[in-house]
Amino acid sequence: MSDEAPALLAVKALTVHHGQLCALDAVSFSVGGGETFAIIGANGAGKSTLLRAIAGLHPPTAGRVVFDGEDITGLPTTERLARGLALVPEGRRLFPSLTVEENLRVGAHRARKGPFDLQRVYELFPWMVERRRQRAARLSGGEQQAVAIGRALVANPRILLLDELSLGLAPVVVQRIYGLLPELLSSGVTILLVEQDVSQAMRAAGRVLCLLEGRTTLEGRADELDRPSIEAAYFGLHAATPDHGGAPA
Amino acid sequence: MSAASGLLPQDALDGPGALRVRRSARPSGWLVPLALGVVVLLAFMPAIVSTGDTSLLINAFVLLTISTMWNLLAGYAGMVSIGQQAFIGLGAYAVVVGAINGMEPFTVIPIAAVVSALIAVPISMLVFRTKGGYFAIATWVVASAAQLVISSITSIGGGTGHPVPGLSSLSPTQFADISYWSALAVVVVALAMSYLLLRSRLGLVLAAVRDDEDAARASGARVVLARHVVFLVAALGCGAAGAILAVSQLQVEPASAFSVQWSAEIIFVTLIGGMGTMEGPIIGTVIYFALQQNLAQHGAWYLIIVGAVAVVVAIWLPRGLWGTLTRRLRFEFFPVGYLVAPGRREARAPAERGPEPQPAAAGDR
Amino acid sequence: MTWLNAILQGILLGGFYALFATGLSLLFGVMGIINLAHGDFAVIAGYVAVVLVPSTHLPMVWGFLVVVPIFALGGYILQRTLFQAALSRGDPLTILLVTFGLSVITENALLQAFTANGQSLDIGGLIADSINPNNVISISDVSLAVLIVAVVLLAALQLMLSRTSTGRQIRAVADDREAAELVGINHRHVFGIAAAIALATVALAGLASGMITEFAPTTGTSNLLFAFEAVVIGGIGSLWGTLVGGIVLGVAQQIGAQINPAYQILAGHVVFLAVLAFRSRGLFAVREAA
Repeated sequence: MSDEAPALLAVKALTVHHGQLCALDAVSFSVGGGETFAIIGANGAGKSTLLRAIAGLHPPTAGRVVFDGEDITGLPTTERLARGLALVPEGRRLFPSLTVEENLRVGAHRARKGPFDLQRVYELFPWMVERRRQRAARLSGGEQQAVAIGRALVANPRILLLDELSLGLAPVVVQRIYGLLPELLSSGVTILLVEQDVSQAMRAAGRVLCLLEGRTTLEGRADELDRPSIEAAYFGLHAATPDHGGAPA
Repeated sequence: MSAASGLLPQDALDGPGALRVRRSARPSGWLVPLALGVVVLLAFMPAIVSTGDTSLLINAFVLLTISTMWNLLAGYAGMVSIGQQAFIGLGAYAVVVGAINGMEPFTVIPIAAVVSALIAVPISMLVFRTKGGYFAIATWVVASAAQLVISSITSIGGGTGHPVPGLSSLSPTQFADISYWSALAVVVVALAMSYLLLRSRLGLVLAAVRDDEDAARASGARVVLARHVVFLVAALGCGAAGAILAVSQLQVEPASAFSVQWSAEIIFVTLIGGMGTMEGPIIGTVIYFALQQNLAQHGAWYLIIVGAVAVVVAIWLPRGLWGTLTRRLRFEFFPVGYLVAPGRREARAPAERGPEPQPAAAGDR
Repeated sequence: MTWLNAILQGILLGGFYALFATGLSLLFGVMGIINLAHGDFAVIAGYVAVVLVPSTHLPMVWGFLVVVPIFALGGYILQRTLFQAALSRGDPLTILLVTFGLSVITENALLQAFTANGQSLDIGGLIADSINPNNVISISDVSLAVLIVAVVLLAALQLMLSRTSTGRQIRAVADDREAAELVGINHRHVFGIAAAIALATVALAGLASGMITEFAPTTGTSNLLFAFEAVVIGGIGSLWGTLVGGIVLGVAQQIGAQINPAYQILAGHVVFLAVLAFRSRGLFAVREAA
């Protein structure tokens, strides 16, 4: 833990089970205010489960989630949102039968005070103005991702949890969406993102944490980690042992 | 393994991640002798108990037959029908039609079952276009339509019904005994068929569909085929049960043969006992008749209790009585579930911590 | 002219079916609840009116002022307790079985309390009033009023769903319960509101049925089947679809009856099955069936 500022979000020994299967095993980390923090890992490493547990969609079997000094482990999702913790879920999850504008309005219905409103989202994504009366189901994947981010932003979160932004999107669209992050940060939003594309995550984030089979295998500043150690943490194997080996050294 | 091959995508069965599929639960080696013993005992019932009691048993056998069929549909294949009374009614009327044309009513019973199954073919093509709640409603409408069509045919009695001719040559005792044995035969065949079906390859497909429809869709056409087979078998069984009703009651009325009340009883019996277990409908039938015998004199109160039990069990005992019990004891009379365990444990990462994944018994959901 | 009359009577009947089906459509579309007790709830509304309205000295036509609020409150409570408990099980079968149990309980409790005899709501001479443009066509005022109530109610509900914040929340929850939680919607509360609306409309349908014809403890089930047909013909998630579905069913039944009175209900079933065969998600389906 290298952050000097008091953590905005602290995850303490969080353990989550899917039935019998242990999806997250005592994962701990903390995110400071104004930071961009990335969680990387292969498919099934537990990244999405971690974000969903932080957002309150998955009850943990052990451990705590502390937000701005308050233990929110037992709070329902809606109360976490009211305190300023918003998740943009994997697969966008827009309301398909609602229009673009209705999706945003629903997102704003219990908004905290802050810089974001529908107008501000339309400034970020000018194309939405013309298409605001279109059903969300008729948008392309990249457009849906933008609306999903907008829908979370209008609640004026203090921390934005972004799950697999790049999933299923063309690289150019991914670049455009990641290009937004500095602007969000300058508005005072802290970002916790999950990404399968390691180089993308390393470019975007100040600090990264790598998960493998539900456990932390690596944590550090993005600019201080070297490629071999990331690869070892990501795949959980050494170059010398091509079989499934033990945890990396 | 070889019994299962051809059902799952090939790479699920071969290759380094191969799965070992074996029958769940302890093998009940004494199942066959025990079942035979019970059947023999039941076969001698007419010599032991009164005619009133055997006719009660006939009703229980009919209810158990149709509940076992519904359990196949809803409990194993995930198709909740509210329209099995269509096949009960059709089976009953097949007996009437056969008897009018000079056939011996008791010999028409298997023919009636086959007729029901044949009529189920076009019906399945229609109702299989729907799923979930739509399927439930569609089957109900089909049953109501079948009732209305039958009611409009005056040569078989129209809306008032028709007696079953050709039974007057039997003495009352003979008639009661043969009715009883026919009902026993039907329920035994229904249970045996259901058991063999679930232990066949088809049972494995159904277990896969029930646990994860998306994954099972990978084996596409087989799932569709399995569902069709189950639907036809259910029609067959319900048709036979309807035929038994027609013969034993000497009379068929469309309003009662096609009554949605059948579905109510079926759902209650299966749910109370435990859906998706072979034993569930048996336990449920026993409880249903026990409640009926002890509470029927209280009229509506009896059904109010039945309804309340249904609500309570649905929410707080979703596996039913038998399902809850076996989950505690890890035991089944009729082991029709499957255990799927990783085949090559030595291939697993030695450093992996955490509990070993428990083999999931697909059969006790 | 007799055929024109059959079609007109069918449209009037369809208005009643639509009114009856609205609550079913809402519960089905928003929560995925197949409410097998829906018809029985309508019958309860009739008995509540019989018991309570006389003591208020209101004419029976105004009985809805008493019954509808009771049902709305009851719907919210039912949803937050029993239905929510069933939904939380995560198995769509559970709620089906719970409503089935409620149906059995309701019918038999009503039998116990009110006997099997039919009753109707006495609205005096109003029942006989009709519009008679010629000696074949006769449009009953009450049936016309029910059709108008159905249309106005569906229009109001549609407006509420599309224009108000609550309406958007209901649609959002119907689309994706979990995503709705993520934007701060308490889906349990929204479900409660939807159930309150559904039960309020079924109360109206029950009162309408009591004014047009008779009701008895067991009449709910047959009306339930027609309501289901209307919902499925129209398509889940579309209120206008429910109106069209009701009218299609009503007209089919009346034309069937014109051919042969025995074919009334069968004709409705045939049209229903034909819709299933050719458009298995209904005429105006918005989303996948639950």
